[in-house]
Amino acid sequence: METTGHPDKMFRNGLAEGRIILPKCRSCGKFHFFPRLVCPHCHAMEFAWHPVSGRGEIHTTTVVRQKPEHGGDYNICMVELEEGVRMMSRVEGLAPQEVKIGMVVTAYVGEAAGGAAVLCKPAEG
Amino acid sequence: MTNQLRGKAAIVGTGHAGFGEAHGLTAYEIMAQAALAALGDAGLKLNAVDGLFCTMMEDSMPALMAAEYLGIRPRFVEGTMTGGSSFVNYLTSATMALEAGLCDVALIVYGSNQRTASGKLVTVSRPPPYEAPYNPRYPISAYALAAARHMHEFGTTREQLADVAVAARGWAQQNPEAFERGPLTQEQVLSARMVCDPLSVRDCCLVTDGGGAVVLVRAERAKDFPKPPVYVLGSAAESAHRQISQMPDFTVTAARESGQRAFAAAGVKPADIDVVELYDAFTINTILFLEDLGFCKKGEGGTFVEGGRIAPGGVLPVNTNGGGLSCVHPGMYGIFTIIEAARQIRGDAPGLQIKDVNLALAHGNGGVLTSQVTAILGSAATL
Repeated sequence: METTGHPDKMFRNGLAEGRIILPKCRSCGKFHFFPRLVCPHCHAMEFAWHPVSGRGEIHTTTVVRQKPEHGGDYNICMVELEEGVRMMSRVEGLAPQEVKIGMVVTAYVGEAAGGAAVLCKPAEG
Repeated sequence: MTNQLRGKAAIVGTGHAGFGEAHGLTAYEIMAQAALAALGDAGLKLNAVDGLFCTMMEDSMPALMAAEYLGIRPRFVEGTMTGGSSFVNYLTSATMALEAGLCDVALIVYGSNQRTASGKLVTVSRPPPYEAPYNPRYPISAYALAAARHMHEFGTTREQLADVAVAARGWAQQNPEAFERGPLTQEQVLSARMVCDPLSVRDCCLVTDGGGAVVLVRAERAKDFPKPPVYVLGSAAESAHRQISQMPDFTVTAARESGQRAFAAAGVKPADIDVVELYDAFTINTILFLEDLGFCKKGEGGTFVEGGRIAPGGVLPVNTNGGGLSCVHPGMYGIFTIIEAARQIRGDAPGLQIKDVNLALAHGNGGVLTSQVTAILGSAATL
């Protein structure tokens, strides 16, 4: 996929279609997140958009404590994708306290706060 | 490295107001009380102020609101908002403006009534768009993510984090101006209500009311004021990110760069510093900044703070007023690192006065480990 002048919209449209796509700089070859008009690594402005593999690792994690009547505790993590970018996410399918740094996960498009968002689940196998 | 600004400006007055709970007062009233206290300390009147350096958490143009409230028409106004580090950052711009003759009396001031007005941290920030869906609790979730990574990489423990809180309380217990002066043990910190793992409520700064102010003039006239002048020997800033998810390395802050440049500008090194005033919004901050500013190696901050080593009677006096953890934290704490550093140098600290303080470090943190600003202050003997 080629560069567009609307990187934020490009990413969100990807999520709406159930895909995680990220910009890769045509100059330095690195991915970045969040998507922007200028590469944060080398300041070039030409990108190709690629779907990510979804393979990632928990870089850091926390449990936000919340009373059960307000929905209970929940996880917030930073996931590092194998493409070399980190993003905030949440691990599903696991108690929030069970999420550990270094855990191998699969990133996927799920729903958070009423919209499509990148979530993670423990990698299978 | 040459520094044309070394020692060119001096703090000649400090003031504070509304510590703890200032019932019935507005943020601007607390701001004005702090300003008047600092000017009184310097033997100056409001009409002498022609440079105003201010931001608050109230309005989009707080510096202008403050000028209006104080009834002054400053010819130099600085309101750059880098969060709680803003006020340490203003030491640089105030020194520049004074040295360039753009103003003659610089007032740095802040005030907030957030404890009695709302009881929680007030912010005008919008949730970051790529973080908001996960509902992080700001700012604590950000600091928790950094703390968790530090523990993972370096084996830092919750007990070591707790020791930071216990040390801060130890200083606060000796400071009649501090808000929280009751006993606090490591066990109490560990068993306190968890807010955002690994940080319990006792790993978090206070939410208080309060205001602070300092007055600066050019060094050449600094000895004409009632109190001993405190010179700005070096100050430097670095900003690494805004949103926590963009922090390049969760265990290293931009204090590494701001510190190196501030020390170089002042011509001193960490071992020369007599007292250290760090922005301790959370216990992990103190550990990160001690490492990044060069008081210990990266990863050794946990060991450095163990067993009272930064408490009264320890090896390094850190946050001698009790810090944001136990003295005062009205939304933004940066101004109080300057005030306590200056008072330690002057010899009129409100709590435990360290003997023969000539060099003090004030470090401001803004956002979520975002903006780091370091200042080295010195007595006349250090010029």
